[in-house]
Amino acid sequence: MEYLVSIYVKKGYSTPYNRVNNPEYFKYPVWSLFGQQDNPGQEERLNFRPLFRPKTIAVVGVSLTNDRHPANVIYNKLHLRYPVKVYPVNPKGGKIQRDTVYPNIAEIPVKIDLAVIAARSKYALDILSDCIKNNVGGGVVISGGFAETGNHELQDKMVAAAREASFPFIGPNCLGIYSPALFDTFFLPGERLVRPQTGKIAIVSQSGGVLVDLMVKFAEQGIGISLALSIGNKAMIRELDLLNYLRKDPRTDVIAFYVEGFEKNEGHDFVQAAARSSKPVIVLKAGKSEEGGRAVSSHTASLAGDYKVFSEVLAQYGIVEARNEFELVSFCESLSCYRKTIEGKIGIITVSGGHGALSVDACVAQGLTVPVLFSDTRDKIKEKLSSSIKNIASLRNPIDLTGSATDDDFVAVAKILSQVMEVDCLLLLLLPYSPGITADLGARLSYVCQREGKPLVAYVPHVEKYRMLIEGFQLNHVPVSASIEGAVLMAEAMRRCQPC
Amino acid sequence: MLKKRVKNILESSRAAGWVLEPDAKKIFALSGIKVPEFRTAETLNKAIKAAGDIGYPVAAKVVSPQVLHKSDANGVIIGIDSDEELKNAYKHFVTLDGFECMLIEEMVDGLELIVGGKIDYQFGPVVILGLGGTSVEIYKDTSLKMAPLKENDVRSMVRSLKAHELLEGYRGSEPINMEDLISMMINFSGLLVDLRENIESIDLNPVMCSAQQCVVADARIILS
Repeated sequence: MEYLVSIYVKKGYSTPYNRVNNPEYFKYPVWSLFGQQDNPGQEERLNFRPLFRPKTIAVVGVSLTNDRHPANVIYNKLHLRYPVKVYPVNPKGGKIQRDTVYPNIAEIPVKIDLAVIAARSKYALDILSDCIKNNVGGGVVISGGFAETGNHELQDKMVAAAREASFPFIGPNCLGIYSPALFDTFFLPGERLVRPQTGKIAIVSQSGGVLVDLMVKFAEQGIGISLALSIGNKAMIRELDLLNYLRKDPRTDVIAFYVEGFEKNEGHDFVQAAARSSKPVIVLKAGKSEEGGRAVSSHTASLAGDYKVFSEVLAQYGIVEARNEFELVSFCESLSCYRKTIEGKIGIITVSGGHGALSVDACVAQGLTVPVLFSDTRDKIKEKLSSSIKNIASLRNPIDLTGSATDDDFVAVAKILSQVMEVDCLLLLLLPYSPGITADLGARLSYVCQREGKPLVAYVPHVEKYRMLIEGFQLNHVPVSASIEGAVLMAEAMRRCQPC
Repeated sequence: MLKKRVKNILESSRAAGWVLEPDAKKIFALSGIKVPEFRTAETLNKAIKAAGDIGYPVAAKVVSPQVLHKSDANGVIIGIDSDEELKNAYKHFVTLDGFECMLIEEMVDGLELIVGGKIDYQFGPVVILGLGGTSVEIYKDTSLKMAPLKENDVRSMVRSLKAHELLEGYRGSEPINMEDLISMMINFSGLLVDLRENIESIDLNPVMCSAQQCVVADARIILS
């Protein structure tokens, strides 16, 4: 029985909180003992909609005197820039910006979907209880001063109260939620925030700073997001809950995490949930270096350090591990365009021999191959090339079309490579300085890719004058990187993503 | 489920914090993991009789709760061919701290691998496979997966070793018995899941793998 109970707990109800001794958790159906059924997790019993799609928001803790108070920053941006109804709360009442400040949530005349709690931590538990009493849908606790400063007791009390009432809350000690075009709870003034466009990638980050930085990089790279979450102390809502929510969220195609660490056995449940997700899951882990000088009693303990375990178990379950922010951005862009696993046989098309050689090095360093093309493939290509380059182009792979190539040459070669079996992914190195290349080429190559169904990734220097070429790719779902290494990583993403 | 005999062994090892080799081997034998034929002997006479039963050459090892790393303490002598050599080994072992008895074991040969397990805080029981022996921490050529393992997991672990060719038959040498390795690792990963509340880590090092079989030549179980 003990064993069955332990499976039961593992399958469905294991969280960082000890549920083993709580009979409440054994009321749920016996099917969860068997087979591959979904992990019901706590997210099944929580309604996340008011958190992520609120219509009415209360901002609790606004200052009547300090415009720079986090709560005021949040109130102002919600009030002025987003399609939500927002209500400021402060026990003193009064007015800010000529709007009524409500002394508590109960006084607000409408039902509140989301409460943003940005008051001092000593008031947080009372505010949370108030939210629960007044049927608020969910909360984001921005304030710090909880477990991160040693105040575990207060945090545990909040979690217990929220859990009992099935009241989902993000945080504490976080930036909270960024939902493009809908609302955000970041206490960064709107004019300071770099906002990626709406897209299909969800980012969940333990660190608010890393999240904001990733948003800058996503925006630079033209990648859109469906939701960005800073979960801070992740007291109640944790990575596993969000993974389970996001894998069913129709607005999200790729789920990316920045993780510092999991609680006991939490990683075990996380990888199993990720393996059941039909969407690619990408994880960037901080804290890879081992603590030096730790006494280890066995070879295994020394060989299987914390990060080694993390990294290899992720790979075992088909989760794509990004080793740094740069990889994370490239992987997200690639996997939001292609949900495909490749073996990694790359066909390279370039106008510069040097770029071809550099990209081969980058491919090989990742474990991708650049196979020599069959001679009949080369003959087919040669036949289609324009007469000015027919005899000077190099056709072994990389295919160097030289600086005299035109759009038609690129399209012809991309089409042939899309139909041969030697390669399973195309890498285009497009240096638009060559006079024969026009701004239409991005869109034209994307259509080849859409028609033929073989993934294509491109490198184009990201400068304003090439914008139309770049958008020709991106708007047609072909990922484009600003560097050769980035483009190679986009191909590598598909090799690493096993369940894609 | 843990067998009662396994539970008893774990219980009696708790004071030392780790399981003595003969006891560890009993646990493995009960769990479908092959170990060489062995006897323990507290006295020289018993040792000579045990070696006679097994047949020379034999390996002799010290059994002492105070000697965790046996080879560092010169507590392992292999290739013992005669009563005389066995006697010398015995004389040396009785001088080692905490000597309890001598383990006499049939000699096994093959490629030295390490199979290990630990209970990871975040992921629970995980299994490693790598090139074993005393140089294991120099090359660090290991692959790792979360337990329990399936056949394909083991095959992919073998493939991802840098030295995988050594296992698959390198330059004319015979490949190791892969089926034996697979069943050992599957059984080991199951044992690890069963022991997850009791242990911190287990080293099977070396596991001797030949074309005929895979056998655990030495093992260490560290209790939690």
